[in-house]
Amino acid sequence: MSTYEQGIIILIGINIIAVLGVSILTGFTRVFSFGNAGFMAIGAYVSALLSLRAHAPFVAAILGGMAVAGAISWLLGKLTLGLRGDYFLIATLGFGECVRVLFEYLDPITGGARGMPGIPAKTTLPAVTISVVLAILLAWNFLHSRYGRNLMAIREQGMAAEAVGIDTAHYKTLAFVVSAIYAGWSGALYAHYLTFIAPNMFNLDKSAELTITVVIGGLGSLTGSVISTVLLTVLPEVLRAASTYRMLFYGVAVVLIITVRPAGLMGYREFSLAPLHRALDRWRARRLAAGTGAKP
Amino acid sequence: MLFQQLINGVSIGGIYALMATGYALIYSLLGFSNWAHGDVAMVGAYIGFLCFAVVRLPFLPAALVAVGGAGLLSVLNERVAYRRIRRNNSPTMFLMIAAMGLSVTLQNFILVTVGPKFKTFPTVLPVKSVSLGGLHIGVLDLVSLAVACVAICALQFMITRTQAGLAIKACASNMRVSALMGINIDRYVTLVFFLAGALAGVGGLLVGLKYTVYPLMGNISLKAFIASVFGGLGSIPGAIVGALFIGVMEVLVSGYVSAGLRDLFTFGLLIAVLLIRPDGLFGRTVEEKA
Repeated sequence: MSTYEQGIIILIGINIIAVLGVSILTGFTRVFSFGNAGFMAIGAYVSALLSLRAHAPFVAAILGGMAVAGAISWLLGKLTLGLRGDYFLIATLGFGECVRVLFEYLDPITGGARGMPGIPAKTTLPAVTISVVLAILLAWNFLHSRYGRNLMAIREQGMAAEAVGIDTAHYKTLAFVVSAIYAGWSGALYAHYLTFIAPNMFNLDKSAELTITVVIGGLGSLTGSVISTVLLTVLPEVLRAASTYRMLFYGVAVVLIITVRPAGLMGYREFSLAPLHRALDRWRARRLAAGTGAKP
Repeated sequence: MLFQQLINGVSIGGIYALMATGYALIYSLLGFSNWAHGDVAMVGAYIGFLCFAVVRLPFLPAALVAVGGAGLLSVLNERVAYRRIRRNNSPTMFLMIAAMGLSVTLQNFILVTVGPKFKTFPTVLPVKSVSLGGLHIGVLDLVSLAVACVAICALQFMITRTQAGLAIKACASNMRVSALMGINIDRYVTLVFFLAGALAGVGGLLVGLKYTVYPLMGNISLKAFIASVFGGLGSIPGAIVGALFIGVMEVLVSGYVSAGLRDLFTFGLLIAVLLIRPDGLFGRTVEEKA
């Protein structure tokens, strides 16, 4: 495999982890956040500083980035998740921009707007593969646990969920923290892959892109999110000539999907081979019936 | 010196106010934040630039085309996306996602067709300042403040004194009951989108004249948006007060603290308002309905 192909696979993996976080938050809890790029930035910068200044091992640097992103999201969520949906969205948007401006301003520590070079290149293909498998397994089990079912209850009918005794503010905060931890994880991998980070990489557009990916994949499908991440990362590479039209295409796609087919690519369904198996069984049964019919 | 800064701040605040009132109008009617609003202003500025600098229309007709074009674009947004979502009875969050999609679409449409370069308007007004009792005020600032005042007063007059305004207020208060009372809702939603888009077009033109025209200039509407949250989402007087406040605050922070921290203060204000008084200065407390 060429380094170019490896690079694309690594990028897909990094994107998948960030998108999974947004999927849990927006797809399964129906809380809309524009601050996840901010958490990616926190994960990236904290892990990079741990690697560069403290010479921490890679795993410790990633865990550090995830922990700081999670802690900050917990604080922000506690403060703002009691608010109505769009106020929360605005608060996360303001937060994401604040993080970016702050990293630009803290020049002596972060290198300011010029960015931070010289981060050790530790994100290899095996590291990303392990991370992605782990991230998907954790997300899958989380969503199929009692916690995940409570989140989906909040998504379907917040008031009814509250009425049957689900502490909605608490569970929304939980989903928010999980999504921030995933964003931090992805940011840490990103920093150690590119070996250079700048505040501008984690702007509002990045947050929008994460949400767009989830919307295209389907609001409420983990596999849909994964498939759409792969598509949206590979397509621009294949269609290099049309790369200027990439974001235009994203915008049009989101408007079309949300107006015509709000369920996205996968809807609430997960990708599985079960329908194929059922079709095969039916086909076999028919053949068997035809066979027995022909015998006598 | 302080007074000079205050005047600059009010002049920027006037432009924010033009955009913030549009946000407030649409929010009061449909209950969602129209992210594509700033990009409508951006497209308006581009239309004005093309008509004036490329087609070489005289300035006033060019400005009229720009403002009308922005209004029509805003109506088109509603027709293409928001109306369908309203008909589907989808959650309001879908309106916001669609608005985000529209915003990305408009920005990149301009990027692809016109290109990413910054465009500068040829001089329309003399670049000089008027002295008023020791204060120096740019002619452009003065004119833009006047235009903003006139536009907002006209809007306020329309909403408080005409039958259309009454209908809009009725729709804002309860859309379903208004429909039962025989108000043609779609017509007034279209009207509101046109008005909001036209105001945004005026704002975009003024920003273009003052600075430059570029595809991401719509992001300036983030400030207008914060202004409208600060004043209370959906309240027009609140939006104006909020916009003036933010304009003045930004100028003071850039002048006396640090230009780099300007945006941090603005967003900090946003988060502080949300925590202390989420309904803003003039907002009504609205229970979230299921």
